[in-house]
Parts: sequence; C-alpha cells; structure tokens
Amino acid sequence: MVEGSIDLSVFNELQDATGSNFIKELVETFMEEAPGILAELKSATTTGDLDQFRRAAHSIKSNANVFGAHELAELARQMELSGLGSDQDATNKEIAALDASYERSAVDLKDLIDG
Amino acid sequence: MAETPARLLIVDDTKVNRMLLTRNVEMLGYHASVAENGNVAMERLHEEPFDLLLLDIEMPEMDGFEVLEAIKLIPALRDLPVIVTSSVEGIDNIVRCIELGADDYLPKPVNQVLLKARLSSSLEKKRLRDEQKMLLRRFATSEVVEDLQESGFALGGRRVHVSVLFCDIRGFTPLSESQPPEETIELLNAYYSLMFEAIDSHGGIVTMMIGDGLMVLFGAPQPLDDSAGNAVAAARDMLDLMEEFNVGRVVIDKPEIKIGIGIATGEVIAGYAGTQDRATYTCIGDKVNLAARLEAHTKVANCSILIDDATRDALADQKNAEAIGDVLLKGISEPVAAFSVQQD
Repeated sequence: MVEGSIDLSVFNELQDATGSNFIKELVETFMEEAPGILAELKSATTTGDLDQFRRAAHSIKSNANVFGAHELAELARQMELSGLGSDQDATNKEIAALDASYERSAVDLKDLIDG
Repeated sequence: MAETPARLLIVDDTKVNRMLLTRNVEMLGYHASVAENGNVAMERLHEEPFDLLLLDIEMPEMDGFEVLEAIKLIPALRDLPVIVTSSVEGIDNIVRCIELGADDYLPKPVNQVLLKARLSSSLEKKRLRDEQKMLLRRFATSEVVEDLQESGFALGGRRVHVSVLFCDIRGFTPLSESQPPEETIELLNAYYSLMFEAIDSHGGIVTMMIGDGLMVLFGAPQPLDDSAGNAVAAARDMLDLMEEFNVGRVVIDKPEIKIGIGIATGEVIAGYAGTQDRATYTCIGDKVNLAARLEAHTKVANCSILIDDATRDALADQKNAEAIGDVLLKGISEPVAAFSVQQD
C-alpha cells in the first residue's frame, strides 16, 4: 500500500514499533534536517568535495529508507553510488529530481502525521 | 534484564537515525547515549564506560572504520562489542567492518527484532568476557592481567630490577596441626586478606602462595620508582596489621600469629614460566633465593623483617634499618650483610 511517495507498510510498521507521538517527532526532525543535508549536497557540487557529496547523498538515502520514501531513497542511492561526476548539467538534473522527490515526500509525511 | 540496564553508545551523523536508534534500544530496556561522529564517540568512550557501541560507518570527521581501528589500539576498549548499523553500499565495506573487529553488521533501517537478538547476544558475550576477566583477576593480579592484555601471553622472561619479598607465619605447621582444618583455612583467609591489603597498597604483586608463605614482587611487571621503599613499607604495614589482628586473637584466647619477612633487591628474570596451557608469572634469580633465606633467618635472628644491603641502600630513610652483621645463609656461600627493620 502506497500513499503518494510513502510506502505505508514501512511507515505503519515504524509507527507501530515506536509509537505515534514518537514518529511525529521523528518526521518533524527529518523535515528540519533534510534541507540542510540537501544544501550540503549542493554546496559539494560547487566546491567539488567528493566525500561531502557522497555523505550527503548517503544521509538522504538512509533517512528516506526509515520512512519508506522509496523514490527519494533510490534517487539518493544512485547519487551516492555514482558520486559527483564532471557533468554539471547531469548533476543539476539529479539534484532537481531529488529536491522534487523530497518535497513530495515531505508533503505526504506531513499528511500522515497530521492524520 | 539485569539490575542495571546495559549502557549503549549510539554513533550516527544524522539526527533522525540517532533518535530512532535511541528509541529502539530504550524500548528494549537499555540505556542510550549518542555521539554525532567518531571523534565525539572516542571522547565519550574515554569519559565513561559503555557496554556496547552501535556504530554508523559513513560520518564526517572520523568515520566508523577509523573508530574501529582506534578502539583496537586501546586496551581498555579492545573488548567493547561493536555492532555496525549502516546502509553503506557494497559488501566489501561490510567485510571490512568485520575484519576491523565489529561483532556484527545490521543494515539500516534497523529491524527491531534483529536488533534485539543481536544486542542481547553481544551483551551476553560481553558479560561472560567480563566474568572471565574477574575470574582471572582472582587468580592473577590486575597488573598481570593488564600485562597479559597489553603484551599478550608469551613464555619467557626479561631482566627487571625488583624487590622480592617473602613472608610466612612462624610455627604454622604445629599451629595447623593443633586445630581443625576449617579453622586453619579461616585463619589463612584472614591472614591473606590483611597481607594483600598491605601488598596492594604499595604496588606489590603476589606471585606465589604456598600454604602460609607468600612471594611478592615490587617493580614487575610494571616498574615502580622505588621498589625497595615500597617493599619495606608494605612489610611494616603487614606487621602493623598482624599486631591489630593479634589483639582480636588474644581476646578469643587464641595464640598470637607471628610472621617473618625477608626482602632482597636487584636484577631478576621475570616472566611467564610453565607450559602454553598452564603458566604463572614469576621471577627467578639470586635475589629471590636471598629474600627467601633472609625470611627464614628472621627466626634465628629473632626479628621480624630482614633486608639485604641493596634494599637498605635504596631506602631514603635508613634510620630504622639496623645492621645485624654478616650472616651465613643456607645455600649461599659467602656471608651476607643483613639489616633488621624496626617498627617505629
């Protein structure tokens, strides 16, 4: 069962295991932290910091997996695996897709915790 | 669960993961602390004891691989169980964690059921290891345990400068024959606990206990600044403690317990002797023999502590060491200068 960008089997299992108050807090934390991580990813593309790029993509992937945001996780995973390439246009497209996917996930997650 | 919950340190650079793992382990009844990268984790590990480390790999500043490497180099942390929780890509990275000493690997997001099983298994293993260490401490001194943990076990010795102390109870055999064995064991236990108190507080280690006899080293396996001074101070404490002990003996109408102590100082060969399966930390050399003979001679000379000239020469304060002249000792061809140490 999928609600928008979120796999509900993952989300509900997490909610059952940890409690609805906790998951609300966790989603809010994710939405506070994620923009910063996305900003690090972008700054890594301008400074050419390969480690920072990989680490930021890894963090997005890891957090997206927690909530069952599969699409976001997969986009981040692709970036983690391929690393920061020299094709600036391609990287910009990847980042735009990642941003958009994050926005969708954030909206859906907010809906889920607001019931 | 045991009386005090196990203490876990969660190391992860993302706040969501730290929160979630904290929640997971707290729901299992464990106590959780967090660190956001390897550097902070190492600081926390130095500050307080933890029972287990839940370690992320991909982190800024100091990553999980570096933490695993650092932990291996610190004797106090070498046995700390580490479970790597990561979504790091590539099986070679997981292999690398295990090769670097991680107990286990759990992929993120962490499955609560798996986490529970891995945690309880790793903590149980740690508990058993801690128990073994405690047991080892009961049979070997903490200095020997530390030496073993630092340098590993190898038969063979090295030259060290030490003071060797021998001590035993005067007339122990007739005493033990005149009372039930239970009483003798009780007496020995009381005697040993007093002697160990005096020895421990001056940095000595007991290398041999035979009946009522003790052999103690000062200055090995860890060197002491003033091994002779420590040995003599321990000997005097031993006499003081026995004097107090005898006050109680007299009250219950038991004979007083007298001890004799011999101390010699110099170079000996110290190390592990025995077989690969069963060995003991000990030392050999003329000085060991001399200390044992001086101890035996206390009875002849009618004094409590006899020391050799090297021990006396090393003492900062020699006013209590009184020369009793050269004495001829069994097994030693030349007469030896001996000094009787008086109590204040």
